[in-house]
Amino acid sequence: MEYLVTIGLEVHAQIRTQSKMFCGCSAEVANAAPNTHVCPTCMGLPGALPYINRRAVELAALTGLALNCRIEHNNVISRKNYFYPDLPSSYQRSQFDDPLCVAGWVEIAGEDGTRRIGLTRVHIEEDTGKLNHQADGSSLVDFNRAGVPLMEIVSEPDLTSPDEARRYFQKLQQLLRWIGVNTGNMEEGALRCDANVSVRPVGQKEYGAKVEIKNMNSFRAVERALTYEIQRQKAALDAGETIRQSTRGWDEARSVTVEQRLKEGSEDYRYFPEPDIPPLRLSDEWIAARQAELPELPAARSARFIAAYGLSATDAEVLTADRADSEYFEQAVAAAQAQGVGARDVAIWVTGELFRLTKETGESLGDIHDRFKPAYVGEVIALLANGTITRTSAKEVFEASFRDGSAPAQVVHARGLAVIGGGDALAGLAREAIANNPKSVADYKSGKVVAIKFLVGQVMKASKGQANPQAAQAALEEELGRV
Amino acid sequence: MAELYELTITEARRRLDAGDITSVQLTEAVLERIAAVDSQVRAYLAISDDLAMRQARAADARRRAGNATGPLDGIPLAIKDVINVQGLTTTCGSKIIENFVPPYDSTAVARLKDAGAVLLGKTNCDEFAMGSSTERSAFFVTHNPWDLERVPGGSSGGSAAAVAAGAALGALGTDTGGSIRQPASLCGVTGLKPTYGRVSRYGLVAFGSSLDQIGPFAWTAQDCALILGAIAGADPHDSTAAPQPVPDYVAGLNGDVRGLRVGVPKEYFVEGLEAGVEAAVRDALELLRANGAEIVDVSLPHTKYALPVYYIIAPAEASANLARYDGVRYGVKQAGDSYWDELERTRGSGFGAEVRRRIMLGTYALSAGYYDAYYKRAQQVRTLIRRDFEQAFAQVDILAAPTSPTVAFKIGEKTDDPLAMYLEDVCTLPINLAGMPGLVVPCGFSAGLPVGLQLIGRPFDEGTLLRAGDAYQRLTDWHTRRPALTAST
Ligand SMILES: [Zn+2]
Repeated sequence: MEYLVTIGLEVHAQIRTQSKMFCGCSAEVANAAPNTHVCPTCMGLPGALPYINRRAVELAALTGLALNCRIEHNNVISRKNYFYPDLPSSYQRSQFDDPLCVAGWVEIAGEDGTRRIGLTRVHIEEDTGKLNHQADGSSLVDFNRAGVPLMEIVSEPDLTSPDEARRYFQKLQQLLRWIGVNTGNMEEGALRCDANVSVRPVGQKEYGAKVEIKNMNSFRAVERALTYEIQRQKAALDAGETIRQSTRGWDEARSVTVEQRLKEGSEDYRYFPEPDIPPLRLSDEWIAARQAELPELPAARSARFIAAYGLSATDAEVLTADRADSEYFEQAVAAAQAQGVGARDVAIWVTGELFRLTKETGESLGDIHDRFKPAYVGEVIALLANGTITRTSAKEVFEASFRDGSAPAQVVHARGLAVIGGGDALAGLAREAIANNPKSVADYKSGKVVAIKFLVGQVMKASKGQANPQAAQAALEEELGRV
Repeated sequence: MAELYELTITEARRRLDAGDITSVQLTEAVLERIAAVDSQVRAYLAISDDLAMRQARAADARRRAGNATGPLDGIPLAIKDVINVQGLTTTCGSKIIENFVPPYDSTAVARLKDAGAVLLGKTNCDEFAMGSSTERSAFFVTHNPWDLERVPGGSSGGSAAAVAAGAALGALGTDTGGSIRQPASLCGVTGLKPTYGRVSRYGLVAFGSSLDQIGPFAWTAQDCALILGAIAGADPHDSTAAPQPVPDYVAGLNGDVRGLRVGVPKEYFVEGLEAGVEAAVRDALELLRANGAEIVDVSLPHTKYALPVYYIIAPAEASANLARYDGVRYGVKQAGDSYWDELERTRGSGFGAEVRRRIMLGTYALSAGYYDAYYKRAQQVRTLIRRDFEQAFAQVDILAAPTSPTVAFKIGEKTDDPLAMYLEDVCTLPINLAGMPGLVVPCGFSAGLPVGLQLIGRPFDEGTLLRAGDAYQRLTDWHTRRPALTAST
């Protein structure tokens, strides 16, 4: 039977703030010793109260704007009630009825153009602590993570394939990093993803039973888990079984999803407005201030690179995958243009030589910015273009400058890489080559013009590669004319 | 001459400032009084005599050096055991956290410490402040100093009884539905529930977060003004603590009620209101009128819904607030086979019957399918109740009403009838729902037991309440009466 696949993603992203969502504890908890970033509030001690981290709200709203959402003026924090040992107050502060951001979308590139994926909402909430299971079967709780600010980004069920789901998630990661609200680090759990997936026969109007998949810790895992789950559901339907609404976990090692629990209707979290936090009323001015804080986004920047610099769509996309990369590129272009070097040449060198080197060192362009300054890219290209150095030398200069941060001109000077561009030195080498290779000269004179290539090679050899081949040929032609 | 433990805060302060007495003498006198009478009254769950004496000596040293911190420097006060004092156990009158020692001070206590107050100990209360008689303490019953066979009211019965017994010059209590005002009335002392948001709740163990307020007990409105002035004001730790400036309450006490428009809500003279209570309240109103106040009949038409609304909202909030007692991080944990088994055993045996009843009520009211009919609807009606007050305050400056329909009742009389117990707060809990301030001043006796007059004010206008209460106390001597407690031998 033919089936339609419906996928929606719920992405949890840690909001990059210095302190936690509802207390002053540091939110930098990734490598901290257990229970060292805690206080009465995030430990849920009797009598402790929350006070909201305004920066977290600002950054979540910034995210909403980047995702084309509407920012709601009235915001309510709610209590989501359930018992679990990693949840200090036995309720999680989250948003229910009145999320911060609603009705957005992101565009992802597909084989047949771009696709717009709808976003239901972006809301703010606090993270829970972490259980560390011990060998003896007991569990220890680390509350460092409890209260760390999160955004939950909920897509519409607009995704139709595992590949599309992965690309959507990657797009979110790119955007969140771009605007600086999230590290995008999935290993540290700063970015996490759950998927809802259902399958139904073509022609059936209502959605199939929704299965939630958890524990996917990489883009690859998202794609593989969804692929597996869709196949599983299709096979079950083909066999006449019914799919039950449930939660399943992705088992990376075995490459299967495993049922964790059945859902009888929706769970009853008894949400109600958090009485300890007055509703947040966000003014138009406040929202306008967030809008003003929003940087140029990758799609706009990519379009601008194509229009302003004549880049190919591919180069423009590569150069806007990361914000620091794109900024490095623009600075390199500005410096290069001042020396008469075009943006497209800069793009070629950045996407080619520079990305090869950073890939090797594991650095980003942001990391190398202060060492291999953006202006150096244009300087190398200019030295090549004006014939000061050869293409071979240009790569050597580029790499040397990249490694230790020396200015390209200095590298050329220090290594004696300047091309022997003409004049007496080159004429002398040409005369020498003519004197030492009478057969080639005779061939040339008898009309085998191609014989000059051998002589050019001899000049290049004698110059230890420093001669410009065109200049060498010109010098040879001149000297041969006198023979 | 009065015993030192019988002094008002204002008088004690005068004598301290004059050098007639020291804080050490005063504190020792109160600690001796506690030793003498508290085996009968049982106001205290724990007495912090070491801390108190340390603080008293420090206060005396400050005074000698000319650095007294203010009107509460060296004054011995008691703290209800739902308010955290760093290093002293906060039991909330419950077995489930009977071993919890808070690592931090509540804001109110931190401010009392800054003001130089001497902390005598933690007072008894109904478990998690849920009750109107202090009989729901998991540890023991507190007795009314006016009649030891009767309850002191609740839930802040320990604090009210401590003041009435001369076992503290003043005390902090908390009021969610009447828990300061009703025991103040039943114990014949003055008590103030401030406007919601006037005093930080940071460090107050939450019962009903949108209703709870910390407030003072003392003999006089003037003393309550001193304590309120010390503890009120915005707090970065409590987002619901209001930024409104804190006036000098004592400076506003001019003894003048001329032209003060006092509204008398007819709905508060309820069925079941004891004749002696009504008579004392009417006499008080008459006295205010005779001294220049204008008495106006007003109506608060939604009053009858306050009790059911309260018993949805307060338990709903409590059901979440009390969910944290899972035995994982603190408190008393019962061993079991698994986390879930331990959770059930810990909570099943740790909470008393009334607390369990309210957790179940609140859980039900918030459940899917019932939320709209109960919790949401209750919040809508709460808005109507608040509007009643706003409309009344468009006509009058304050409202005056009975505090409790009854005087102190016999221990055990209402414990089997939760609804009868809930009716104790029928005149006080609408004020919590509306967030308004309420002051109770002693206004007479009925059958030998104290009656309190409840004055209700506009939000953040405790000043007018205290002025009216103080003026009334300049005209009367009810607040100077002391129960005839004799030291046990
Ligand atoms: Zn914290």
